[in-house]
Amino acid sequence: MDVLAGGVREALRLLVSGDAEVWATLRLSLLVSATGTGIALLLGIPAGALLALTRFPGRQLVVSAVNTGMGLPPVVVGLFVTILLWRSGPLGAWEILYTPAAIVIAQAVIAAPIVTGITLAAVQSVPPSFRLQLLGLGASRVQMTWMVLREARLPMLAAVMAGFGGVISEIGASMMVGGNIKGSTRTLTTAMVLETGKGNFDVAIALSILLMALVFLVNWALTAVQQRSS
Amino acid sequence: MVPITRRALLGAFVLVLAAWPASAQAPQSRTIILSTTTSTQDSGLLDVLVPLFEKTTGYSVKTISVGTGQALALAARGEADVTLAHAPALERKYVEEGKMRNRRLVMYNDFIIIGPEADPAGIKGEKSAIAALKKIADKGARFVSRGDKSGTHVLELALWKLAGITPAAPWYIESGQGMGATLGIADDRSAYTLTDRATALAFAKRVKLKTMVEGDRPLLNIYSVMEVNPANGPRVNAAGGKAFADFMLAPETQAVIKTFGVDKYGQALFVPIAGKTDEDFK
Repeated sequence: MDVLAGGVREALRLLVSGDAEVWATLRLSLLVSATGTGIALLLGIPAGALLALTRFPGRQLVVSAVNTGMGLPPVVVGLFVTILLWRSGPLGAWEILYTPAAIVIAQAVIAAPIVTGITLAAVQSVPPSFRLQLLGLGASRVQMTWMVLREARLPMLAAVMAGFGGVISEIGASMMVGGNIKGSTRTLTTAMVLETGKGNFDVAIALSILLMALVFLVNWALTAVQQRSS
Repeated sequence: MVPITRRALLGAFVLVLAAWPASAQAPQSRTIILSTTTSTQDSGLLDVLVPLFEKTTGYSVKTISVGTGQALALAARGEADVTLAHAPALERKYVEEGKMRNRRLVMYNDFIIIGPEADPAGIKGEKSAIAALKKIADKGARFVSRGDKSGTHVLELALWKLAGITPAAPWYIESGQGMGATLGIADDRSAYTLTDRATALAFAKRVKLKTMVEGDRPLLNIYSVMEVNPANGPRVNAAGGKAFADFMLAPETQAVIKTFGVDKYGQALFVPIAGKTDEDFK
């Protein structure tokens, strides 16, 4: 129990003293995961809407693949992104392995199916009669899709929360493609593994409290937006 | 309400993009990748040496801390420029294959065999590490192995081989994790394990295991620095790798190594040995 109490005390001390390293780690985690989620939104919302509003042969297969992808293990993503980004790999010329950009790519890959899947479900929950009505009123397909997405915007905020929550607490991919480099790619989760490995359990506990506080604050803000709009 | 929400989200996204550090992608020729073992990082030594190197040379270093086996494997693929490792037999193999070049000894610390105070195998004070392992196997006393191809694991396997024993379950437990986690498991299971002294010191507060065997020659933990052969792959930064290797051997760096850890543990964690060869440790 003294370890736990020490951890809580250490967390408060790190926060209050404004420890530069901790703040830099916190900032990096937030930046990387927000950017990764942002890219996943840009990819996932159109893909989810398209899947929800169109019918084509093999659609069920694609939807199943998306649903499987929602549970994509980060370690698997980390492994394949690492191999792609190796100096000797197909994207080696980019030279971005072990940089924050590599973590962003991996996290976008992890979050994209989550966003796609939730968007798909959200758009499908809009009654088909609404779509027919819009088309009947003379809306183009693009206008119709836009209106349906607006209608589904509240459940879609869940996509942002799930995507962001998934990637900021993810460790496997961040460790593999980022390399946990001090001052460059050390995120809250990789720092936690390192501090545990060093035997600094109180620092690790402090970092985990910070991570949970960060996720809570982000979700709180998103929930406020969601509830206010409804 | 909706436009505000959308604008707020968009604004947040733009803010995030704008806040990206411009230096995220430094030109590659000034960047080197160092593949090394977890113990150099966990002990905190690299946190001192790497910034010093970056300041004196202007290079920026990406330190990838993995097990020695993986550190060398990455280097052999040209995914690193310089390697700091501690598995002499394995290192010599890579040098003979031409994958690594200019292997030079940097420093050593030592391994110890630690175990529960009750000492079920009766090895406390045993001078020979090999004799101690034989006793552990004879008694079937629990022993936790890293099992991860790290330098520590490679040495442990070499010792078992010298003892003429093929360790096996149920008394032989493979953790597959780093040294710190392995110490925790050994402590929990009241088992023996082989550990580097630096990690054991770092965990002394949390782990009740006691030092059983120390000071035997095979337990010396020798770290070497090697440069990666540019032929291993595209984009190997040979000049940068050499600069880091030279830095590790420089008298100023060796002086830093000599006193590292004194303030925290009351004893130095590493002994610098620039200029020495394997022959000196036979």
